[in-house]
Amino acid sequence: METKAFQKIYTKITQITKATCSLKATGIGYEEMAIVNGRLAQVVKIIGDDVTLQIFSGTEGIPTNAEVVFLGRPPVLKVGDELSGRFFNAYGDPIDGGPSIEGEERQIGGPSVNPVRRKQPSEFIPTGIAGIDLNNALVTGQKIPFFADPDQPFNQVMSMVALRADADKIILGGMGLTNDDYLYYKNVFDNAGALDRIISFVNTTEDPPVERILVPDMALTAAEYFAVDKKQKVLVLLTDMTLYADALSIVSNRMDQIPSKDSMPGSLYSDLAKIYEKAVQFPDGGSITIIAVTTLSGGDITHAIPDNTGYITEGQLFLRKDTDIGKVVVDPFRSLSRLKQLVIGKKTRADHPQVMNAAIRLYADAANAKTKQENGFDLTDYDERALKFAKDYSDKLLAIDVNVEVDQMLSTSWNLFSEHFEPAEVGIKQEFVDQFWPKES
Amino acid sequence: MEKTNKMTKGKVAGIIANLVFVEVDGPVMQNEICYINLDETKLMAEVIKVMGTQAYVQVFESTRGLKVNNTVDFTGHMLEVTLGPGILSKNFDGLQNDLDKMDGVFLKRGEHTNPLEDDKKWEFKPVAKPGDVLEAGGWLGEVKENWMPHKIMIPFKFKGKYTVKTVAQEGEYTIHDKIAVVTDENGKDIDLNMIQKWPVKVAIKAYKEKPRPFKLLETGVRVIDTLNPIAEGGTGFIPGPFGTGKTVLQHALSKQAEADMIIVAACGERANEVVEIFTEFPELDDPRTGRKLMERTTIIANTSNMPVAAREASVYTAMTLAEYYRAMGLKVLLLADSTSRWAQALREMSNRMEELPGQDAFPMDLPAIISNFYSRAGFTYLSNGESGSITFIGTVSPAGGNLKEPVTESTKKAARCFYALSQQRADSKRYPAIDALDSYSKYAEYPELEEYFRENIDPEWPEKIRLARDILIRSREVSEQINILGDDGVPVEYHERFWKGEVMDFVICQQDAFDKVDCSASLDRQKYMLNRVLDIYHTTFNFESFEDVSTYFKRVINTMKQMNYAVFNSDKYNESEKELNSIIEERKVA
Repeated sequence: METKAFQKIYTKITQITKATCSLKATGIGYEEMAIVNGRLAQVVKIIGDDVTLQIFSGTEGIPTNAEVVFLGRPPVLKVGDELSGRFFNAYGDPIDGGPSIEGEERQIGGPSVNPVRRKQPSEFIPTGIAGIDLNNALVTGQKIPFFADPDQPFNQVMSMVALRADADKIILGGMGLTNDDYLYYKNVFDNAGALDRIISFVNTTEDPPVERILVPDMALTAAEYFAVDKKQKVLVLLTDMTLYADALSIVSNRMDQIPSKDSMPGSLYSDLAKIYEKAVQFPDGGSITIIAVTTLSGGDITHAIPDNTGYITEGQLFLRKDTDIGKVVVDPFRSLSRLKQLVIGKKTRADHPQVMNAAIRLYADAANAKTKQENGFDLTDYDERALKFAKDYSDKLLAIDVNVEVDQMLSTSWNLFSEHFEPAEVGIKQEFVDQFWPKES
Repeated sequence: MEKTNKMTKGKVAGIIANLVFVEVDGPVMQNEICYINLDETKLMAEVIKVMGTQAYVQVFESTRGLKVNNTVDFTGHMLEVTLGPGILSKNFDGLQNDLDKMDGVFLKRGEHTNPLEDDKKWEFKPVAKPGDVLEAGGWLGEVKENWMPHKIMIPFKFKGKYTVKTVAQEGEYTIHDKIAVVTDENGKDIDLNMIQKWPVKVAIKAYKEKPRPFKLLETGVRVIDTLNPIAEGGTGFIPGPFGTGKTVLQHALSKQAEADMIIVAACGERANEVVEIFTEFPELDDPRTGRKLMERTTIIANTSNMPVAAREASVYTAMTLAEYYRAMGLKVLLLADSTSRWAQALREMSNRMEELPGQDAFPMDLPAIISNFYSRAGFTYLSNGESGSITFIGTVSPAGGNLKEPVTESTKKAARCFYALSQQRADSKRYPAIDALDSYSKYAEYPELEEYFRENIDPEWPEKIRLARDILIRSREVSEQINILGDDGVPVEYHERFWKGEVMDFVICQQDAFDKVDCSASLDRQKYMLNRVLDIYHTTFNFESFEDVSTYFKRVINTMKQMNYAVFNSDKYNESEKELNSIIEERKVA
């Protein structure tokens, strides 16, 4: 009883919900793609000969006699060098008016890399932003999100990082981007003359939300093509992963699943991990680095989306407006790059780790002093000095408009130390103090 | 009782993600393993529920492309691991496939690799003599596995007493060669080789008794060994919000802890963290034996992007391997990072089966599953008088950093040591971020262990630990008062009390895991440092104003930190100590 499903047209839908439709069909593979009245759909459940399809763009206007054709394959992306410089939608179809891609079809959401075939990330990615390079150095093969409130300039910072980072390809996965932000990225990349090494998969707010769940897999399938087949250094930008997770919760809700924390599906951790764990360093030089954006509501990082993300990613970056200097800074307390230990003091100068820690500790002392000041207590001489240091540190190093080399960041730090403190107050290993403490002039 | 009857077969009847319904043609067992045939591959699955002739199975791999009517072969046994020489230094996945034997960059679905080496010859030495009467777990002989005496035992599945008939002579054998013949109580001869199998969800009980733990397990981490000690054969857990250093701490333990063997179960965590172990452990020396750390380590890797259902299997696989080595009289340390991911895997499946959910949608029997698992650790006396132990430390990743969530609460009931990682400490870069006061070790109060401390460390050690905690508590109280009343709103002595606690915090509780020297402190060194800090506590100083206090103690702390960074009793160390003595003299009231 061999049915060639992809040739047969079904016209009898038995059940329709907001996101799914069901019909009787045989010989259908799990996760197989189908077309329902011209809309793309995917098999999400098979019980006997009852097949349930999730229609990505929604079921509005789908009649019970809609034409259903099964494609006999899971979702795929055509990969090739022609992807460079192009813009695609969530299905991998061009949206820039250019020709469609002729290339090898690759299944998206493919298998994981065998952990023993990975290499430990060890290549520093300088961005020129001291709040990142000095305190939270990024490494190829890392995955790290910006945790940002919607009003913060994360898209600007991310595009800045992308353009300054030394990458062979930059792949943008835009989920629920506003049209304005989409055009912003397009402009920035265009103006930088970098368009030929950029590939974009974009789902804007004008597109159906459920389509979004395909975007990260599309972007990462393209990334794997360049990193594995072409041994290139690939940087993947995913924005905004909160909207991706929201789309997942819509789907699970429509499929009657029991929600867990914050009405997110119980599988949220695994769903996010599957995406972020595509970040990898291969021994032969190819790598995938993921920088994502997770927007927060009211700065709440205990919500299920940032919380699960934090457990998966290798650190997180926080932006904060520093009202003392009127600039946006990378928050040194809450930001963390877990892989920085692999490069700082090794690929950068040996005093880097100690300088970083000392500066942050002094900055924390300043924060305490500030609390004291706000509560109306007298400040000690040390408090006063710490506050002055904090302002300079914020302005000269933490602000996102800083663009200097790491050595410069370190010497700026030493200068600030000597300007405001005694060596004993800074608490750095004596050998570094002997070597780097600015000599009295 | 050999199973010769025909194995049950089945056909796929329905698919929802990795839950598959199978129509079966014969008997099936709960937790039985089956293989679903998909094109050329066989997808491994486990029965988790049976309704009439339908078995619900959870598939350990992706079900993409699976179709109704695909055939299924049942195996008649539960998920088993293969036990024998060759486990040490391996990198396994959650189902004990040897990851290094797999081809290609990506994991292929349905690929199963041999956990052991069929052809490798092992240097065998007999231990038992003909005529010896042994039980399951009794030692027949041993082979050298990376310098460790790996015992070849009577299989754990054997019941009753067995008389050794012959044992192979000293020489080289493969795991499949016959190394002994034993006679059972009915006079039947059984040939034995070096391998045996065991179902992972069943505890191996081949030991005589399991006493209360009574010895310290040294970890080299001061805040653990000195302030919240864990016993050999004990259980502990480390809950903490992300970014508070759970994994760094676990890695520190796996590098430094005083154990014969370390099993690391990377359960649903980041792949790069496993890569760190793969990369660094073959290079790093074990401070106790001088051999490479990898020689005593086995890794079970089920990283977060690997199939969810195998996550649950991975912790059981790790525990079973630990039990196997414990039965050889070895001191095993088992680390699982993180048990929350395992609980989440249970939740995903329970949800797909449409079971009524408990709190936060976790299955109702979660606390029972967790406490049952922790109870498999422990110190044991074997029937031949030797001892072996499994010390188990698991991490928990509480959702939202909230310690009132079900996984943390269930674990708290099961584990005896609690290492609370504090966000506040992590934010102020006070690492390890273990809050010495919120954390506890129930072992510290065991009379057996107190006696051990008095004999092996210091006759007054238990009192000193209590005093150390009191100093930290008082310092915290004073710090709260200062925050409310202001620096000049409290007497100068309050500042002194606060800073004496800070000395304890900076010198004892904090430790630089990334510094070659400071990362691990020997027990001698910990004792010496604690005594120095307590001396300072007992010293009366003379201060004019509160500003003097902080400036002064910052110098004390800085000098003592230089001591921590220097090799114990080296010139550099002694120099810093001399400086410390002179600083103390400056303000000491005679």
